[in-house]
Amino acid sequence: MASVTFKVWRGNKEGGEFKEYSTDITEGMVVLDALFQIQADAANDLAIRWNCKAGKCGSCSAEVNGYPRLLCMTRMSSLPQDRPVKIEPMKSFPVIKDLVCDVSWNYEAKKRIKKFKPRKPDAADGTWRMQQEDVDRVQEFRKCIECFLCQDVCHVLREHHLHENFIGPSLLVYTAALEMHPLDVEDRTEDLRKHQGIGYCNITKCCTNVCPENITITDNAIIPLKERLVDKFYDPLKKILNLFSGKS
Amino acid sequence: MAYTDTLQRSSFGQTERQDSWWIQPLAIFLGFSAFIIYSTWAAFQGDNYHFGPYLSPFYSPEIFGDSSHSLFGPKPGWWPLWLPFSPAFLILWVPVGFRLTCYYYRGAYYKAFWGDPPACAVGEPRKKYRGEASFPLIIQNIHRYFLYLALMLIIFLTYDVWNALWFVDPATGQKSFGLGIGTFVLAANVTLLSCYTLGCHSLRHLVGGFMDKFSGSPVRLKTYQCVSCLNKRHMFWAWMSLIVVGFSDIYIRLCAMGIWTDWRIL
Ligand code: SF4
Ligand code: SF4
Ligand code: FES
Ligand code: FES
Repeated sequence: MASVTFKVWRGNKEGGEFKEYSTDITEGMVVLDALFQIQADAANDLAIRWNCKAGKCGSCSAEVNGYPRLLCMTRMSSLPQDRPVKIEPMKSFPVIKDLVCDVSWNYEAKKRIKKFKPRKPDAADGTWRMQQEDVDRVQEFRKCIECFLCQDVCHVLREHHLHENFIGPSLLVYTAALEMHPLDVEDRTEDLRKHQGIGYCNITKCCTNVCPENITITDNAIIPLKERLVDKFYDPLKKILNLFSGKS
Repeated sequence: MAYTDTLQRSSFGQTERQDSWWIQPLAIFLGFSAFIIYSTWAAFQGDNYHFGPYLSPFYSPEIFGDSSHSLFGPKPGWWPLWLPFSPAFLILWVPVGFRLTCYYYRGAYYKAFWGDPPACAVGEPRKKYRGEASFPLIIQNIHRYFLYLALMLIIFLTYDVWNALWFVDPATGQKSFGLGIGTFVLAANVTLLSCYTLGCHSLRHLVGGFMDKFSGSPVRLKTYQCVSCLNKRHMFWAWMSLIVVGFSDIYIRLCAMGIWTDWRIL
């Protein structure tokens, strides 16, 4: 058993500071376990959001040593323990208290994305037929647990606070899942360009690096969406071809 | 109060990260800079770019030039006197444009050269940010046009490997089949460039990524899967092909200068 020092950010939206706590670490513990011990022993009022402790609910997102992580999936053994472990709330969202952020913006922005609009049913009983190879791509995106770690690390939101202009990687993944769905007939490209600001993404892949579900956000969701926008808005040759083939 | 009012901005380089986050952008900065400096120097030389049956990929295809590889003869008369000439100028803008607008390179140089961001979760040097949403970076959307040209270059570079199999006997002037180290260098070059080019994100989109339904199009699905397979390691191919294309020029240049000997296997 080893005693490890933690520097935990304590405060609210008006401001706060790092406070130091020490707790004993045993084999197999994750950061969330350590914070529970601190909460029980030294800081009863420490606010942490969590639910499943299994990396599936996406609630316990925070920053461990400056990097966005799920507290329940970060093993203590993966961190250097000879210096204090720094824990702070996500930076792209306003703090409510201590490690808990107000992530409501994500839900509001999500509401503005055009809903799933399936084509006419394939069968008389109102059902559709899909092949596995048609949904392979989309299934990767359905793994998203809405932890918003990708939104946290994305510099467009984190450093430039362009929440009004850019929906962020998590919601681009969601849009990609709809846009590439074999049954969906809605067109979201105009919204992606005008209101959801996909052009602000400069494909620096930080979102992909932090995703706990290993979704290849940039390469499989964002870039393919950017390419669809090129088809629609930025490819003169395609425009001419479409004109001749009567597509637009 | 607006949602973002209480959010903080980091100063340049500010981070709580404790790892050596600066190593990767620094390595990329040095790697790219070395390549840019060398390739610019090599392009301006206009000399020592061919040796025996080998033609440097920086100069291929040689549209106008003095070597036997030239497609349309020597430097044209209409070329302005005040403008320096090198056969590389006529062709190098294609791979340069292709790589500059490549999705992988964009992400990498925005970080390493522009600090946008310097590394993930690290503070940036500038407050203002427009990304690729408006001019000038919106021009990056031209990438697929460079892809079309880069695909053509692959054909020329493959032809160069074919040429690199036929050596002229200085005594008789007869061409005969042969294999030199340079043949392998040029073959490795075109193989790596193909892996890089055929794994392009735009190509992935054009061969099938634009579709929502693959069933019923097995050939398209297979093509999409092949491109996706190369695309998964796009960064690896980008670096390998960059290193080997630079080395191919160095190899041919040093052979042409008589510093290296091109060993013949056959
Ligand atoms: S790749 Fe795009 S969405 Fe992902 S973190 Fe970078 S800028 Fe944000
Ligand atoms: S895409 Fe990944 S990082 Fe982003 S919210 Fe979903 S699971 Fe979390
Ligand atoms: S508590 Fe559910 S993901 Fe961590
Ligand atoms: S995306 Fe890298 S070559 Fe096209």
